Amino acid sequence: MTTFNSRVPKGPIKDKWTEYKNHIDLVNPANKRNIDVIVVGTGLAGGSAAASLAELGYNVKAFCYQDSPRRAHSIAAQGGINASKNYMGDGDSDYRLFYDTVKGGDYRSREANVYRLAEVSGNIIDQCVAQGVPFARDYGGLLDNRSFGGVLVSRTFYAKGQTGQQLLLGCYSAMNRQIARGKIEMFNRHEMLDVVKVDGKARGIIARDLITGAIERHSAHAVVIATGGYGNVYFLSTNAMGSNATAAWKIHKKGAYFANPCFTQIHPTCIPRSGDYQSKLTLMSESLRNDGRIWVPARLEDAKAIQQGKLKPTEIAEENRDYYLERRYPAFGNLVPRDVASRAAKERCDAGYGVNATGEAVYLDFAAAFQRYGKEQAKIHGIKNPSKEEIIKLGQGIIEEKYGNLFQMYEKIIAENPYETPMMIYPATHYTMGGVWVDYNLMTTVPGLYCIGEANFSDHGANRLGASALMQGLADGYFVLPYTIGDYLSDDIRTGEISTESPEFEAAEKEVKDKIDFFINNEGTHSVDYYHKKLGLVMWNKVGMARNEKHLKEAIKEIQDIREDFWKNVKVTGKNEEFNQELEKAGRVADFLELGELFAKDALNRNESCGGHFREEYVTEDGEALRDDKNYAYVAAWEYTGKPSEAILHKEELEFKDIELKTRSYK
Amino acid sequence: MNLTLKIWRQKDSKTKGQMVEYKVTDISEHMSFLEMMDVLNEQLVAKNEEPVAFDHDCREGICGMCSLHINGEAHGPDRGITTCQLHMRMFHDGETITIEPWRAKAFPVIKDLVVDRTAFERIQQAGGYISVNTSGNTQDANGIPISKHNADKAMDAAACIGCGACVASCKNSSAMLFVGAKVSQFALLPQGKVEATERVLNMVKQMDEEGFGNCTNTGACEVECPKGITLENIARMNREYLSASMKG
Repeated sequence: MTTFNSRVPKGPIKDKWTEYKNHIDLVNPANKRNIDVIVVGTGLAGGSAAASLAELGYNVKAFCYQDSPRRAHSIAAQGGINASKNYMGDGDSDYRLFYDTVKGGDYRSREANVYRLAEVSGNIIDQCVAQGVPFARDYGGLLDNRSFGGVLVSRTFYAKGQTGQQLLLGCYSAMNRQIARGKIEMFNRHEMLDVVKVDGKARGIIARDLITGAIERHSAHAVVIATGGYGNVYFLSTNAMGSNATAAWKIHKKGAYFANPCFTQIHPTCIPRSGDYQSKLTLMSESLRNDGRIWVPARLEDAKAIQQGKLKPTEIAEENRDYYLERRYPAFGNLVPRDVASRAAKERCDAGYGVNATGEAVYLDFAAAFQRYGKEQAKIHGIKNPSKEEIIKLGQGIIEEKYGNLFQMYEKIIAENPYETPMMIYPATHYTMGGVWVDYNLMTTVPGLYCIGEANFSDHGANRLGASALMQGLADGYFVLPYTIGDYLSDDIRTGEISTESPEFEAAEKEVKDKIDFFINNEGTHSVDYYHKKLGLVMWNKVGMARNEKHLKEAIKEIQDIREDFWKNVKVTGKNEEFNQELEKAGRVADFLELGELFAKDALNRNESCGGHFREEYVTEDGEALRDDKNYAYVAAWEYTGKPSEAILHKEELEFKDIELKTRSYK
Repeated sequence: MNLTLKIWRQKDSKTKGQMVEYKVTDISEHMSFLEMMDVLNEQLVAKNEEPVAFDHDCREGICGMCSLHINGEAHGPDRGITTCQLHMRMFHDGETITIEPWRAKAFPVIKDLVVDRTAFERIQQAGGYISVNTSGNTQDANGIPISKHNADKAMDAAACIGCGACVASCKNSSAMLFVGAKVSQFALLPQGKVEATERVLNMVKQMDEEGFGNCTNTGACEVECPKGITLENIARMNREYLSASMKG
């Protein structure tokens, strides 16, 4: 029996979490030794959860598809992690972080969850420093902070441009300590292919050993899914090649509601596509927008000449450039939130003003910053009457100090020197705010089945602010789940070991094996990638940055057709009993082909524009997003009933008691 | 451009492998090396042949999963990058490219170009951590000031992605750059000092047990390291090891 209750504790928002912790049931240390927990995924959320649960005394089994937990895609996060430490004394507080996150999310997140996130954010930094995470420091030896888009304080802690890597290595080291103690049993190169429910409760998983192909049964008293987002439904995204939605989608099919799939973040500063062979897109930190100015040619003929390679950006005079973000949003300029910046780039490119051979790129220009920093440096160093060249050189030095690694990465990929010619950027799918529905305890609609990190839907509403993903992953794993899961497991102290010999395990394993057999024996005509690329194109063109009813209806039909063709004509080489990457991909794409349809259905249902979800029918007179709080201030949680097209909508009404709903304006 | 590829094919860890020759045509210079491999694999699937297995994931140079020995160099001819960041403009039309897995006793081949690097995992499990439990009650993050110099140096060491290029490049298959980086990161931070003695002894012991060779200061690892981890880290580990041995 599924329950749909957010279980938000009563009382003032400030006291909810503390009061709640004071009254939940605990499991005594002797009993924890008799309880097993499965954690799937070892990124920031899964890694921190696995380590913390093992420290508490539970027996943890952790699974990842990579050859080491350290490779999870959290590692690629560049910019930083937010925390309301107020070390800078600039007026930050838990309330401000809470407020910024709810507003940035366009008022579609659950207040109580976000407040808790802000409340534990400071502890995350303490914990990471204690683990040896080498955050950036100032000359006094204290921690340094920087500023990020959409907020007015400096609350972002960072470790060069590799914050995600360092935080993940912190989790990884905490996991290693528990692996060495035997409290975590680690299953590298294993992929979860289904969840097993016994008497309505999650009691285990079916996993495939990716080296031998062995299908394994693993039991536990609770199962935690921490497998990240579903951005690869677009084929091209900033996600890792292996990032997939299979675990999240499989639990959805077993009863976990899936919430707000249409809330997806398209990040504005990515390196543009260069050809049809492209396998993934590379993100460059949003921090670049602090110093870069974004523009396209103001004249259509210049844009055409650039696309044909007949004109260079440096040859276009200042008055013939359109700094469209500064023009449209004078107050925030180039620092508008991600969703706004991405849509504005698309608008210009769709109108024909895009650059690059594809016409799908805009310029990010540092020439003004070279001048500004150069003049300042000349003054500092007492250089009188510096030449133009001297100024630029001094300015470039400062930019190199700040973003050198990004400039180098750009040059390696595009083979152009961004110190001499403006960078080209274009938006790309980056993060998914939607995901598995969870209550305040982070439990899904299936008892004993939890979902944490990017894989769940809870904290970012319709748009995520920069440096908040790392915060949420670690908050869930280090500081929230270890408490809330105890409340559930306290009923399980006398259950004893869960047998894997039950008919439920038998049936789940058979289902998995049958599907694998189908793929291996189908002998179709098209590769798995052929279908994935087809799906990605439909998603990008019709369920991408701007959506409308006509396109969404077409997308649903087209995805159904691709899926039907896939199940008839897909070709998977090799066999199951070996290391078989084609087979791995086939299972993942099969799930994306269903998820994509629910995604479009959710976008069609939401007749408003908010955050990452922009419906062309719902705009203000000057073309800005038009939210509809009267009819859509709810979480759309979908129940699976056999087909994505027949999913049933459940609404969790969002209450805003501590924040007033306002139109987001960055003008 | 058109290229000839000589690729190591090996069915599994138990079967003997061999170099097999393939041709790819119309390769764009803007492609990444792994996208070129994708093109080859699409061709093979179309011909009902088994695609070449290779490890890769983030394709932006940070996860450490990709691991190819290209024309005799770990991560190929470019410097300061991983294989996934290598672009085809580094090669020329008509060239023959040799592609092999990491070669080291401690990294057995799983299939084709995929190797087993769990030896690195066991080294980390032997002591690559600070024994601090998760709680909301650790000391405030600013409780112990750390000099910027040491924090930056610790960060430089911590930038290691655990890809194994150092081992693959070393004539002794030594893992000392990898282990040295982790030992250094913690040795440079006050939080890591508490367990410094046990850490370096245990990690080095595990490293030896895994069958990695010793360092003879040729510096090949430093040249091929995609993250610029320096030999200084090996020196620091040796100092730590020496002083730990005398204490122990």
